[in-house]
Amino acid sequence: MDRLAGIINLDHEQDVLDELTYFRCGAAVPFAARYRMIDFAISNLTNSRIESIAVFARRKYRSLMDHLEQGKAWDLDRKRGGLFILPPDWNDPTDISRGDLQHFHNNIDFINRTLADYIVICGSQNIYNIDYRDALEAHKQSKADVTLIYKNVEELYPEYARSHKLDVDENGRVTGIHNDLQNQNVYMDAYIVEKNLLYELIEQCIAHGCSHFFFDGIKGKLNELNICAYEYKGQLSLINSIESYYRNSTNLLNEQFHDEIFQEASPVFTKIKDEAPSKYSLDSNVTNSLVANGCDIEGHVEDSILFRGVKIGKGAVVKNSIIMQRCEVEGNAVLENVILDKNCTISYGRTLIGAPEKPFVVAKQKTM
Amino acid sequence: MKNKECVAMLLAGGQGTRLKSLTKRIAKPAVFFGGKYRIIDFPLSNCTNSGIDTVGVLTQYEPLILNNYIGIGSSWDLDRKYGGVSVLPPHMQSEGGGWYTGTANAIYRNIKFLTQFEPEHVLVLSGDHIYKMDYSAMLDYHKGSGADATISVIEVPWEEASRFGIMNTDDTGRINEFDEKPAEPKSNLASMGVYIFKWDVLKQYLIEDNENEESSHDFGKDIIPALLYDYKKLMAYTFEGYWKDVGTVDSLWAANMDLLKDEPELNLNDHSWRIYSKNPNQPAQYISSCATVKNALINEGCRIYGTVDTSIIFYGVQAGEGSVVKDSVIMPEVKIGRNVKINRAIIAKGSVIEDNAVIGDPSPGSEITLVADEGSVMASSYATNR
Repeated sequence: MDRLAGIINLDHEQDVLDELTYFRCGAAVPFAARYRMIDFAISNLTNSRIESIAVFARRKYRSLMDHLEQGKAWDLDRKRGGLFILPPDWNDPTDISRGDLQHFHNNIDFINRTLADYIVICGSQNIYNIDYRDALEAHKQSKADVTLIYKNVEELYPEYARSHKLDVDENGRVTGIHNDLQNQNVYMDAYIVEKNLLYELIEQCIAHGCSHFFFDGIKGKLNELNICAYEYKGQLSLINSIESYYRNSTNLLNEQFHDEIFQEASPVFTKIKDEAPSKYSLDSNVTNSLVANGCDIEGHVEDSILFRGVKIGKGAVVKNSIIMQRCEVEGNAVLENVILDKNCTISYGRTLIGAPEKPFVVAKQKTM
Repeated sequence: MKNKECVAMLLAGGQGTRLKSLTKRIAKPAVFFGGKYRIIDFPLSNCTNSGIDTVGVLTQYEPLILNNYIGIGSSWDLDRKYGGVSVLPPHMQSEGGGWYTGTANAIYRNIKFLTQFEPEHVLVLSGDHIYKMDYSAMLDYHKGSGADATISVIEVPWEEASRFGIMNTDDTGRINEFDEKPAEPKSNLASMGVYIFKWDVLKQYLIEDNENEESSHDFGKDIIPALLYDYKKLMAYTFEGYWKDVGTVDSLWAANMDLLKDEPELNLNDHSWRIYSKNPNQPAQYISSCATVKNALINEGCRIYGTVDTSIIFYGVQAGEGSVVKDSVIMPEVKIGRNVKINRAIIAKGSVIEDNAVIGDPSPGSEITLVADEGSVMASSYATNR
């Protein structure tokens, strides 16, 4: 059996979710009623039986570390391997690495010491449900140096504009990596590479003063390396703007979409909160919504997502909205097309209405 | 190693025959309650919240699920290097072995477990009651009064007092008489089955009780009367709050329904006294556009397309379009088809209720219908009381 290790590289991810990323990195943004963005990336790795995972974090990682702890929620509190959160701590005076190569250089021990033969490197902005062992199988069959994972999307949503696109020939070989807005082969920011080759590529990149491993070590070596593509056929959500966050969240209310992300055989794990079941009162009226535990609902909720411990008062109306952990919407308040970050309070009778294409976002711990 | 001030012994071996088929394959403390919990979560969480970090769980009947559930105790934060939770099944010794023959015998046979912690006090609990109680307050009372044993009591309605073990006390709270299910109760202070003993006193009585061949080796029937006979100091500690014995199908149903009151006496959403539980990994619950949910507790992983009214729904339950679930308790992973009618029922874990089935008697006061463990109810059949 070939062993896989995982690296979640958050270094080049921008904190682009406005109010939601004022105080946290994108990977720690709450998503889908009870998860954080990074839960999907880690669960994909653990569901692929990967037991050794490194997270390269650079900025605003307090809430990320608080969430990940020792990795217990993902069964990663291991004696062998486990979860390694690797924020910057770089004191080597001879170190000449730059950019995300600083992470690779300073944590090269993770790559050297792991028992794995292959390494999966991914980010946290793409939400999908995959078994990387299938991709590894394809990687070995094609005898590729690097296998990039992509999806052929039906519709090119605006968030894909910033993604790389792939030209793939009939043999599954990648012949081009670019930003052509018309190309529907969207690269999912995930690739598989053999451990020893990864090490070599890192050394070469640092020696040449590069600063971005994917740009320089992979894209830049398209003609030297045998780079193949593995097509992922399930649902994909790329979240790199408030609009894409909002649209992909409400997509979860679509049963087919929901079922492809949340599969019994490959569940998404997250930190446990020990909340009681949610309580619906006699006056509550909830339709087409996702509700996490610990909620207390007395009002009207439709087409919305309620995170853990949300209170909706009597007579309140919540439509097309995303209400994060421990928010309180008091009686007779009206919310439409709104995203409330954690611990917000909307006072009695207040009305907040955003545009369907541009939701109104309230930052953490605000009282309106 | 330092000694522990108080070690808890949780009696979780009971079969609970009055819960009928709910306990066919699991011990009573492992029975589900409140949309998410098992009965044993309550005493275990009380221990954690009271600062008692050493708990022995005495098991005997159908231990697989209970043992598995308790594991190393991490769900209740009881995975400790010194102490924590230990499951204590009956075992062989060089002088022989056998089943636990009574509650006192179960503790007697685990004297070695207790001795290793050299506790000053031993808290004895039963694993089949629903309540939130600060045992540390009771321990303070026990220590303050210098009692040899303290028994937690609750005031029950006078007309029900003859169903319980009743304590008769003087005005200082000292127990001078104990009546097990008296025909004419002299007091309405019922024993909750929560005892704190001085360990050296208890140990002596357990050893004596074991040598007494007449004894039934039971706390209520033998140990407490023996202590009273010897004029040992027994104090009653009055507990105020919600306490319910969920030993029968009807009381289990009623205790679940109590959670749906406007201001339930038992608040599960109290962050200062959480009830910990093993959390299954399930996505958020989905309430569809054709669903109606009123007066209900619903856990994660559910998908509701029908009507849920005044009911408790555990994790992973699916309720199909056109179905109506009323005044019922639906345990985990039950699949309810379309146009099903369920009234005043408890549906056990993993049951499949096929389309158009009708279950239960909606008339108020009628007996609660129980659909057995992993049973399947076919279309147009009528589940009877089992």
